[in-house]
Amino acid sequence: MLELRGVSKVYGGGPTAVHALRDVGLAVAAGELVAVMGPSGSGKSTLLTIGGSLEDATTGQVVVGGAVLQGMSKKEKARLRRRAIGFVFQDFNLLAGLTAAENVSMPLELDGTSARAAREVAMTALAQLGIEDRAGHFPDDLSGGERQRVAIARAVVGERRLVLADEPTGALDSVNSEAVMRLLREISRRGAAVVVVTHDAQLASWADRVVFLRDGRLVDQTAAPSGPESLLASGPRPPA
Amino acid sequence: MSVRHALLALLSEGPKYGLQLRQEFEARTGEVWPLNVGQVYTTLQRLERDGLVVSEDGEDGPQKGYSITADGARALTDWLQTPSADAQPPRDELLIKVLVAVQVPGVDLHDVIQVHRRHLIELMQRYTAVKADAPEDDVALALVVDAELFRIDAAVRWLDSADARLRRAPRAAAGRPAAPARKAPVGRLGAVSR
Ligand SMILES: Nc1ncnc2c1ncn2[C@@H]1O[C@H](COP(=O)(O)OP(=O)(O)OP(=O)(O)O)[C@@H](O)[C@H]1O
Ligand SMILES: [Mg+2]
Repeated sequence: MLELRGVSKVYGGGPTAVHALRDVGLAVAAGELVAVMGPSGSGKSTLLTIGGSLEDATTGQVVVGGAVLQGMSKKEKARLRRRAIGFVFQDFNLLAGLTAAENVSMPLELDGTSARAAREVAMTALAQLGIEDRAGHFPDDLSGGERQRVAIARAVVGERRLVLADEPTGALDSVNSEAVMRLLREISRRGAAVVVVTHDAQLASWADRVVFLRDGRLVDQTAAPSGPESLLASGPRPPA
Repeated sequence: MSVRHALLALLSEGPKYGLQLRQEFEARTGEVWPLNVGQVYTTLQRLERDGLVVSEDGEDGPQKGYSITADGARALTDWLQTPSADAQPPRDELLIKVLVAVQVPGVDLHDVIQVHRRHLIELMQRYTAVKADAPEDDVALALVVDAELFRIDAAVRWLDSADARLRRAPRAAAGRPAAPARKAPVGRLGAVSR
C-alpha cells in the first residue's frame, strides 16, 4: 500500500545541509500496522510527510496504492490525500467553527456521503475513543486529549487506505492511548495500511512490525510476531 | 505473587474444592502464568499444615473442600500490604552487559543497545497480543499483562536513555575510570538500596 524505495531527504544545501532521511526502504502492506521508533531528529516525521505526499523526496521513489508520487501533479496528490490518506499530526488542525462531530464527518460529506450517514460514522468513531458525549462541543471547549481524539477519529473514518499518525497519543493517559492503538489496529485489520510514529514502546508493541530509525537510516526492525503461544512456553518473566 | 497467596485470595471468597481452585487460578492468571496441577495440591497441603486453611475429611485431590482460617485471612492481608522487595540494586543482566560493552574496544554500543531494545519490544508485542486478542472487559488479564509490559517498558526506557547518554559522552570518559580510581558504580549505590 505504501512503499518507499531508496528514499533520501536533504533539507538545505552546502555545509549546513541536513540529511533527514538516507536511503530508506520500507514497504507497508494493506492490513499492516507498522510503528516507527527512533531518537528525536532521526527522521520519523520526515518519513511520514514524504510517505503522505506532503513533501517530495530528494531522491528515491514513493509509491502509494500502486501509484508513483513523483509522476503526479499537485492536484492529483491533493486528491489522493483527501480520498485515501488519513493524517494525525501533532497540531491537530481542527476547524474551530465546527463541532467535534462535524470535524469528523466533514471530509466524508465532502466526498459525497449523506450528512446522516456521515454523522453516524463519526459518532461511532468518537464513541470508540470514549468522547461521544463531547460530540457537540467546539474544539476550543475540549481538553487537549479530547481534541487529539477528535483528530484521530477524523483521520480514520471513511475509506482510508493509508493512515499516518505522528505521536497520536501525546496528550493522552495510558488507558486512552490504548484505546487509540486498539482503534488503529482495528482500522488496519479492516484493510488499511497504518504507520504510527511513537517513542513509547508500549504503544509500538501494538504494531505488527516496529522499525527503528537512527540518523535518517532505517537500522533495524522487529521480526514477525511469533504469537502468544511461544510466550506461554517461555514463561511470564522477561529476561531483562 | 506466590501460588500460596493466590490460593488464599481465592478462598477468601468462600470455601472451594481443589479442582475449582485450580480452575479459577487458571482462569484468572493462567494465560500468562501457567501452573502444573500438582503445584496447586501440594501448596494446599502446606497451607493446611501451617494452619492457614482447613480441609474436609477425606481423600486428598480435586474433590476435597477447603476453607480459609482466621490466620489465613490475616496472612493474606499482611501480604497484600507488604511492599515488594523490588528495591534491589540495579544488578540485572542488561545493565551488566551494557557496562561491560562500554569497556570493550571495537564494540558498537548503539548496536548492542539496539539488539536488546529490539528483543524487549518483540517480547512486548507478544504480551500486547495477548491483551489485544482478549475481550476488552477481561480486566484481570489486562492488569497482569500490563504489569509485565510496564516492567519491560522501564528496561526499554533505560536503554533509550543509555543510548542518548553514551552518544553525548566521549567513549573514553564513559569507559575508563578517571584518576583517582572511582569505586565501581554499582557499589556506590549501596547506601540507597539498603
Ligand atoms: N523543514 C525542514 N528544514 C530543515 N531541516 C528540517 C526540516 N524538517 C526537519 N528537519 C531536520 O531533519 C531532521 C529530522 O527531522 P524529523 O522532524 O523527521 O525528526 P523526528 O524523528 O520526527 O524527531 P522528533 O522525535 O523530535 O519529532 C532533524 O534534524 C530536523 O532538524
Ligand atoms: Mg517528529
